[in-house]
Amino acid sequence: MATKLPKVPVVIVGMGWVGGIIAAELSKAGISVVGIERGKSRDTQDYYHVHDELRYAARYELMQDLSKETVAFRNTMKMRALPMRTYGSFLLGDGLGGAGVHWNGQYYRFLPYDFEIYSKTVERYGKKKIPENMTIRDWGITYEQLEPYFVKYEQMAGISGEKEIPSNIGAMSTPFPTGPMKKSPGMKLFENAAKKLGYHPYVIPSANLSEVYKNPDGVERAPCQYCGYCERFGCEYGAKADPVVTVLPVAKNTGKFELRTHSNVTKIIHDGKKATGVTYVHTPTGEEYTQPADVVILAGYLFTNVKLLLTSKLGEPYDPQTEKGSVGRNYAYQVNGASTSAFYEDREFNLAMGAGALGSSIDDFNGDNFDHSDLNFLHGANIRFTQTGLRPIQYQPVPADTPKWGAEFKKATIHNANRVLSVTGQGASMPNRYHYLDLDPEYKDAFGMPLIRMTFDFEDQDRELVKFIAQKTKAIADEMGATKTEIHDSIKQYNIVPYQSTHNTGGTIMGADPKTSVVNNYLQMWDAENVFICGASNFPHNSGYNPTSTVGALAYRTAEGVQKYLDKGGSLV
Amino acid sequence: MANDKPNQPQDESRRRFLKYSGTAIGGVVLGGVIGGLVGANLKDKDKEETPAAPQTATDNKDYNQALMFFNQDQFLTAEAAAERLFPKDDLGPGAKELGVAFFIDHQMASAFGTNSRDYMQPPYYKAEATQGYQLVFKRRELIALGLDALNGYSNTKYKKPFVEIAPEEQDAVLTAFESNDIELKDVPASNFFAMFLNLTLEGVYADPLYGGNKNMAGWKMRNFPGNQMSYTEYIEKEEFVKLEPMSLHDHLELG
Ligand SMILES: Cc1cc2nc3c(=O)[nH]c(=O)nc-3n(C[C@H](O)[C@H](O)[C@H](O)COP(=O)(O)OP(=O)(O)OC[C@H]3O[C@@H](n4cnc5c(N)ncnc54)[C@H](O)[C@@H]3O)c2cc1C
Ligand code: SF4
Repeated sequence: MATKLPKVPVVIVGMGWVGGIIAAELSKAGISVVGIERGKSRDTQDYYHVHDELRYAARYELMQDLSKETVAFRNTMKMRALPMRTYGSFLLGDGLGGAGVHWNGQYYRFLPYDFEIYSKTVERYGKKKIPENMTIRDWGITYEQLEPYFVKYEQMAGISGEKEIPSNIGAMSTPFPTGPMKKSPGMKLFENAAKKLGYHPYVIPSANLSEVYKNPDGVERAPCQYCGYCERFGCEYGAKADPVVTVLPVAKNTGKFELRTHSNVTKIIHDGKKATGVTYVHTPTGEEYTQPADVVILAGYLFTNVKLLLTSKLGEPYDPQTEKGSVGRNYAYQVNGASTSAFYEDREFNLAMGAGALGSSIDDFNGDNFDHSDLNFLHGANIRFTQTGLRPIQYQPVPADTPKWGAEFKKATIHNANRVLSVTGQGASMPNRYHYLDLDPEYKDAFGMPLIRMTFDFEDQDRELVKFIAQKTKAIADEMGATKTEIHDSIKQYNIVPYQSTHNTGGTIMGADPKTSVVNNYLQMWDAENVFICGASNFPHNSGYNPTSTVGALAYRTAEGVQKYLDKGGSLV
Repeated sequence: MANDKPNQPQDESRRRFLKYSGTAIGGVVLGGVIGGLVGANLKDKDKEETPAAPQTATDNKDYNQALMFFNQDQFLTAEAAAERLFPKDDLGPGAKELGVAFFIDHQMASAFGTNSRDYMQPPYYKAEATQGYQLVFKRRELIALGLDALNGYSNTKYKKPFVEIAPEEQDAVLTAFESNDIELKDVPASNFFAMFLNLTLEGVYADPLYGGNKNMAGWKMRNFPGNQMSYTEYIEKEEFVKLEPMSLHDHLELG
């Protein structure tokens, strides 16, 4: 029998960016919050020996332990889903700070177009432009409505970026609180080439601090050291914005926040209309507890958010055959694969040096910033050159046709280690009627609960997008003064083996229509007014950008919604 | 000062960090999260006034080079095979000299070798390539059986164990495994090959702490600086900066 604990106003499942932001905002407002995290606690001291590629990058030290829980995957409904047994395509967060510890910190507000993608597409090209089975929709919120919440995240995290931003991205009411990152020679080559072609390059806004910064909560952090061990690593300097060095200490200082680590939530308890709390297992002892609460917030990343709704039977599961129900619909990802490598025989670059968010990019071919009338796809990609720190185990640069091992391979990798710059596209991912999440009928996690089953593939939309964007990367790379360039312009099926990005989206999408969305624009669940669900699981599609800027803004919006709800109750829209 | 001694690179690391973060941070009083780090470094800096204990060991045996998992034959086969994948040449040492076979042995004895953080629940089905690794084999089983199979195959084809055949013959055996050109009873040859190749490259380039990349020679060949505290000073530089690499050992602060 589960031990029943005293009731609290708010319980949050998951202590990553979303959980951390909401915990800080609510506890600052005097509301008592319990935060439940399945993994361990962390602080910057844990990273004194973090510059270890084998342990952190190749052995996934900071990520979710797949022996306990993973995801089952198939490309189409005709296939049998099989568990992702080892890591590949995406890397799931675990422990205090979640994936916010080992992320890169590239920070992009989604485009105004993203939030109204359906209306704007119909308005410009007519309904026929949207292919059959592509389930794009408006988000039920506009860029202008979300703008103040972006600002909050930027001020909290100390986002570093240029004062003037190109006019083809969303306008900012308040400039970035810190200046842009330093420019490496590769960034200069990229920017000059892009300008020459008439595009609008800018330094990627960064959550790796460019300078000392004290945020409105009084948290002061050191600047980034460009140490080159950022993506997949924690930052020993606290320079990378991470929940553990920003929002969580603020929550703790209020005295209103109680953190419970090593505690895995297994169930939302509810009566069909409202939740009454959650059940969790304290993993070291195996003891089960129930935590009653007035408000339950799901902040466990999309796989957990969707899974808890489905296993607790809250909300209606999505059925791709009938298109009824909403929990699990519109799973989307990121369409990478368009790129051009520029090889330099005459010079070497300091590519071991870098930072997770160091780079420059353009949005001239992102969103609807270019005419799609004669193109067979919607949306586009942010095109970029990044310098995140290249490490020798996982980076083996060779021209095409080089053998995969032996003397020639050795020679080529050593010769090219510091001679290749890559221009890449980070493509948007449009939802499809048959891309969704549900429960796997066969495989179970360590608690005996079904694994999430993902059904996802690349469609013609994605292959066309990659082909088009690749040409643009080639055009830029060709202007960068390299000895030769090599284009990569085709993707086939989605494959769960190679790492692509941890930008999984959808499953508990937001919207204005209770029939096709799970939450309203306060991220409050239509089917249970005291349940709030927040994260990239709210995205009806994924943009040509990294997600966390928009996730962070939605988390601030959620915190406001919860306060409103605790004040007056009922539906907030 | 201890950091005048050439073989005390950790002191160098601290000194450099303080220097760079000092320039970068300026005169700001540090609160919050990095106070601890900089404080710790400052404290250690004071401590450095006491010279480090003199090096007493005089032999240069590496006591870390012994076997945790392989038998002697498997070890020698691994050493020979890894050397073909990453051979010694005029650029520098090959896998053998870099200790790669010790690295692989140690990895197989570790949690990684037993797939302890992978999802290994049954049932197992035949998979599409897009669904990734779906074999029942634990890594250490695949590697040990694969090495035995390299030997078995060489014995059948060349009447000699793998370590005794000519390098070109070794390459032919490896290529046959890589392309799955052979029917083996116990082992999926190409899966073994792919995993072994991966382990070999890890052994060449992982921190020397793990038994390979001996004396950071793998890194030196590639001009990889290992792990430094800061590159703030170099990141904007047009020219290529060569730095003496540092390993995790250089960052260890004991006592
Ligand atoms: C290598 C990498 C690089 C990235 N780079 C970027 C980037 O440059 N820019 C960008 O915008 N985004 C980036 N991302 C994505 C970014 O990290 C995520 O968008 C963000 O961290 C998500 O925050 P979250 O709070 O929604 O989820 P998470 O950070 O995943 O947090 C969820 C938390 O919930 C806990 N949890 C889950 N289930 C349960 C349960 N049942 N019970 C209790 N606790 C539970 C987890 O342990 C975890 O701590 C990157 C991700 C990775 C992995
Ligand atoms: S690159 Fe910068 S932000 Fe990233 S871990 Fe290193 S110091 Fe921290």
